[in-house]
Amino acid sequence: MMFFASAGMGRRVEGRALVAKDGFSARYDLDRGRGVFSRPEHKLAGESFVGRVLVLDAAKGGVATAWMLHEMKARGMIPAALVLNAVNPIMVQGAALADFTMISGFDRDITQAIPNGALVEVDPTGERPFIRIVARDAQHM
Amino acid sequence: MKLTDEEEALRAGARGAAARWAIEHQIKVGEYLGAGDFVAVSQAHIMADTESLGAAGVEWLERLAGLPGAERSVRIPTITDPRGTDFAAAQRLGQQPWMLDLERRAIAALEALGVLMTNTCINYQTIMPPVRGEHVAYGDTGVVVYSNSVCGARSNFEGGPSALSAGLTGRTPRYGYHLDERRRATLVVEARFAPRELDEWGALGGIVGKLAGDYWQVPAVVGIERVPTSDELKHFGAALASYGSVALFHLAGITPEAQRLDDVLPPGQAVRSHEVGEADIRAFRQSYALDAVDVVVFSAPQLSLIEMAQVAGLVDGRRATVPLLVVTSPQVKPDADRLGLTARIEAAGGSVLSGMCFYQSYAREMAEANGWQRLATNSAKLVNIIGGYGYRPALLSMPACIDAACSGGRIAR
Repeated sequence: MMFFASAGMGRRVEGRALVAKDGFSARYDLDRGRGVFSRPEHKLAGESFVGRVLVLDAAKGGVATAWMLHEMKARGMIPAALVLNAVNPIMVQGAALADFTMISGFDRDITQAIPNGALVEVDPTGERPFIRIVARDAQHM
Repeated sequence: MKLTDEEEALRAGARGAAARWAIEHQIKVGEYLGAGDFVAVSQAHIMADTESLGAAGVEWLERLAGLPGAERSVRIPTITDPRGTDFAAAQRLGQQPWMLDLERRAIAALEALGVLMTNTCINYQTIMPPVRGEHVAYGDTGVVVYSNSVCGARSNFEGGPSALSAGLTGRTPRYGYHLDERRRATLVVEARFAPRELDEWGALGGIVGKLAGDYWQVPAVVGIERVPTSDELKHFGAALASYGSVALFHLAGITPEAQRLDDVLPPGQAVRSHEVGEADIRAFRQSYALDAVDVVVFSAPQLSLIEMAQVAGLVDGRRATVPLLVVTSPQVKPDADRLGLTARIEAAGGSVLSGMCFYQSYAREMAEANGWQRLATNSAKLVNIIGGYGYRPALLSMPACIDAACSGGRIAR
């Protein structure tokens, strides 16, 4: 299944989805050194984000993510892509600096549409950026 | 995006490599967010602490700073958010030499770009508040939400790279809160409770932020009968922005664009509505309740001179028996020194810190170095952030924070 986004940037990537109906902020939610979600209240607390396609609800928090994605990429401790129902400018600015793959804005709640752990393709390069489920069970990778 | 001749020239490198990079970055951001063109801005405010920048970000700034002088200078007043340390207190805070080295390098690079190192998140109280209708490019969500809502200025959240871009080009993509149509309310919240203490204003902001949900929501709050002070709105706005990623609010009858609620409601369109009562505020505070703490922090936002005087008044004749950190701006600090406020706080065992912000200052490493796990503060914004750095936070009033600091960290029930 394929879900189209209203905007996207970056390159085409494929990876295993990490999905939650929760927000995203690099400063508020992550232990960037260890590569895990660290805010105890976050639905993904304790989960590793490195190399995963994060499918989350809305961009949250402060302005730091605009630098942090770049810093995380330099250390190789970064998700493969970010897929959000709603962005804020900070995520866009951070993705632009880091040349990071991000798409956002769907006609449905994308966190309900993508199964956690599915193998997905994210392609922001065409006129209509999309996320596609390649395999529902990532064991089929 | 439609570009003017001047913008095309910037893109072609007529003002050098820094401005060329900046406008390319801004076009990428603007096109993602649907901007039709650029709008000139009068000021920029950059968040660039090294905990966020990391070594990679500092090296990136140094590459820009290494360009020839004429090619690297900002062209509008460009100021900075708090840094990651107060050099005078770094050792006391348990910060490491590598952190200070990174900070020094970032400062040198930003200065080479012509940036004014104001190191403050309360520039709207201390430097030059924007005026109604003024287009600016501010970083720090608390600065943006206060400037948009209380001052009536026009800014989006501009992260470090974008605020620096605005400094270099003198403009920003016209989307979001630069546009009239984005400034209308999308939800109405009836406050059935009159906040008194700053932490209650923060709690109200946090609750409304959670109700709002994302950056594109604009809450209009009704039912606030007393005109709040600048410090109260500072805490309300900072928490609202922190919990909800909200960049603009209206207080009916108080903030400049909402003299009447109808002024900000979309014509002929219903918006969702909510109520917030005292029980909600109590539950919010209860969600950050502890019996004892290891450190007490006043920060996020930096304290105004008035807050400094309040803290000084509360500690007079007492002794802090756990670390008590009081963080203010480099503009307030000299007055706090001159008026004896710093001396009174430090005589009680507190530490007055300047030009930094607690959560932007390697909070995780400070916790490890000092054995801090539990933290009390009156900042709802700080309790929202600091959990991610491994702390367990307690949200208390300013007097209760001081009581805890002077009672070995114990929190009275």
